[in-house]
Amino acid sequence: MGKAPHHLHRFHGGLHLPANKTLSSGSPIRALPIPARLVIPLSQHIGTAADVMVKVGEPVLRGQMIARAQGYVSVPIHASSSGTVVDITDHLIPHPSGLSAPCIIIETDGKDTAVDDTLSADHTQLDPSELRNRIRQAGIVGLGGAGFPSFIKLNPGTNRPIATLLINGAECEPYISCDDRLMRERAADVIGGAAILKHALNATECVIAVEDNKPEAIQALRDAIAQRSVSDFAVVVIPTLYPTGGEKQLIQVVTGREVPSQGLPADVGVICHNPGTAAAVHRVFALGEPLISRIITVTGTGVREPGNVEVRVGTPMADVIAACGGYTDRAQRLLMGGPMMGFAVGNDATPVIKTTNCLLVAGGNELPLPQAPLPCIRCGACVDVCPAKLLPQQLYWYAHAKDFDKVQDYSLFDCIECGCCAYVCPSHLPLVQYYRFAKTEIWNQEREREKADIARQRHEYRLFRLEREKDERAARLQQKQAALKTAKGETTAEDPKKAAIQAALERAKAKKASAGVMPKNTDNLTEAQQQAITNADERRRNRDSSTATRSEDA
Amino acid sequence: MLTAILALGILAALFGLLLGYTAIRFRVEGDPVANQINAILPQTQCGQCGFAGCRPYAEAIAAGEAEINQCPPGGEAGIRALADLLGRDFKPLNEEHGEHKEKMIAVIDEQVCIGCTLCIQACPVDAILGAAKHMHTVIEAECTGCELCVPPCPVDCIDMVPLHQDVSTWKWPSPDEVATARK
Repeated sequence: MGKAPHHLHRFHGGLHLPANKTLSSGSPIRALPIPARLVIPLSQHIGTAADVMVKVGEPVLRGQMIARAQGYVSVPIHASSSGTVVDITDHLIPHPSGLSAPCIIIETDGKDTAVDDTLSADHTQLDPSELRNRIRQAGIVGLGGAGFPSFIKLNPGTNRPIATLLINGAECEPYISCDDRLMRERAADVIGGAAILKHALNATECVIAVEDNKPEAIQALRDAIAQRSVSDFAVVVIPTLYPTGGEKQLIQVVTGREVPSQGLPADVGVICHNPGTAAAVHRVFALGEPLISRIITVTGTGVREPGNVEVRVGTPMADVIAACGGYTDRAQRLLMGGPMMGFAVGNDATPVIKTTNCLLVAGGNELPLPQAPLPCIRCGACVDVCPAKLLPQQLYWYAHAKDFDKVQDYSLFDCIECGCCAYVCPSHLPLVQYYRFAKTEIWNQEREREKADIARQRHEYRLFRLEREKDERAARLQQKQAALKTAKGETTAEDPKKAAIQAALERAKAKKASAGVMPKNTDNLTEAQQQAITNADERRRNRDSSTATRSEDA
Repeated sequence: MLTAILALGILAALFGLLLGYTAIRFRVEGDPVANQINAILPQTQCGQCGFAGCRPYAEAIAAGEAEINQCPPGGEAGIRALADLLGRDFKPLNEEHGEHKEKMIAVIDEQVCIGCTLCIQACPVDAILGAAKHMHTVIEAECTGCELCVPPCPVDCIDMVPLHQDVSTWKWPSPDEVATARK
């Protein structure tokens, strides 16, 4: 304050949309009672899902870590209240697919007992890496809707000095007013959190950008800055235009610098954070409280008492709606997020997660239902409104023809899916759906290519292995055969047993030849012995002749 | 006259040497076209194309011995990519080789498995784990869905099941398909 008014810039395209914010922005934030059952998904952020640390039946306390971060792009998950883990199972999660994913289900005990505080600290005493670590341990993610782990954005690397910390209080999407109420009621928390973020980034200035349709928030923030008497903080009032709240668009409006295609804000020396994220960071260091609750706008003509509520993460949407007076007779569709970028939720048993900024219960005719698309007439209205300076009709043609190379040549991945092109399309083409289809198809192709590479490596290794085994077998066989051959040669020459037998045979033969076959016991007989033999022979002869006569008689 | 012949002769010899040297120095190992074709093929290694795996098929295409429309797992997108790469006309998939199916993976019914190792020998990417007379199982992440393990199983305990879809692999449907489904 006291500075020259900030010189603002303009981004390409954009739309003036009916705001519909007064429906919910009139009443103060109400804290919702703790629900009987909390359904806490393990993946509430961009990146790898957290890893469960608790078992079924285990008691947990409020703020206790129940799932730890897995890998770098991941943050832990905490119990939103005290109670008992009753199940760890697949449950519906807020996702456009309507699919289920692993969740920890906690039955609360109503006592809301907090776990021992390990997070609170005076941030000025900590170095940036310790700040980042605590912010990570507290499970802080971007609360604007994308859910990117905040600690990563606080680590832009030494080669990219950060001049500006930009707090994105634009909240440009119709119906949503949670950031507005937060900045009005808890401006000191937002500024306090921003100071911590600024310290972690070592940024030279902090700019809080707020659209000009939130005068109360702007005043509250200015008061809070004056109270803290910090000089390098500034509130910048920006014109209301959708989608100013887009990170790249806001940076262009505030700094005039354009974030390069496929680049990051850090490339132009800016880091963007949501005021909700800043307030959550403040609570980590001031109260030692991890991210277990958030402010949600519950709005639309389909809900009886629209407003902003502070909800514990994991509260089923049905409980939130019930606390806001329940559905009206007009209620038709439940959306998570705003009318431009939100998606339909099929079942209100789905829990509120860290990135749920708005529950929009659309009444009859409140949001136009998708109309039957007509052929593109190449009017170019979409080109005029595209805030990313893309050619939406070209993207449409190529996505329609499933030409995924061409669609990338036209910078599909710079599309922020704001929905401006589809909003103005006179042919009611569901353009954003085509882009989302093309994006997920391309990611899928990339995954398949990676899998194919692995399969090729494995197949090639298998062929190599089979070849090697064949060679090894052949080598073994050869070795065996060689061994056998040498063994045979040795036998004839030296086998002692066979040689002994042979020698004995030869000796016997030689003896036979020299001594004839005479029995040995008839050699060297005495006279008496010779006489006895002669007598015996005489007796045998007589007996033989008498036997012969007897047989003749018979 | 003689100078001209001499000069041309020397030039010819020099260029000959240069060409000979570059032929050795910049020699390309393998067939680069076959490598590019192989990179497009889905690496299922199923053999439905009539060749013993993706690389032999790629080499056959490069040598002009096979058509580009013999790979059912690659589907229409694969044929289109091959047609683009080789500058040939797109042809619809040859039905003789099978039809394009949603990707499946093999699952062994472990209660029925007798541990014969026949499927392990059939698997082209070593995605089945087990030993003789011990239960076998498929490593889900490595299975290419080639179905080569199904016929050898003597107790018919291998089933092909569709991939489990979760939030991370979910794809937005094409609005065109949604419109036709509504009609």
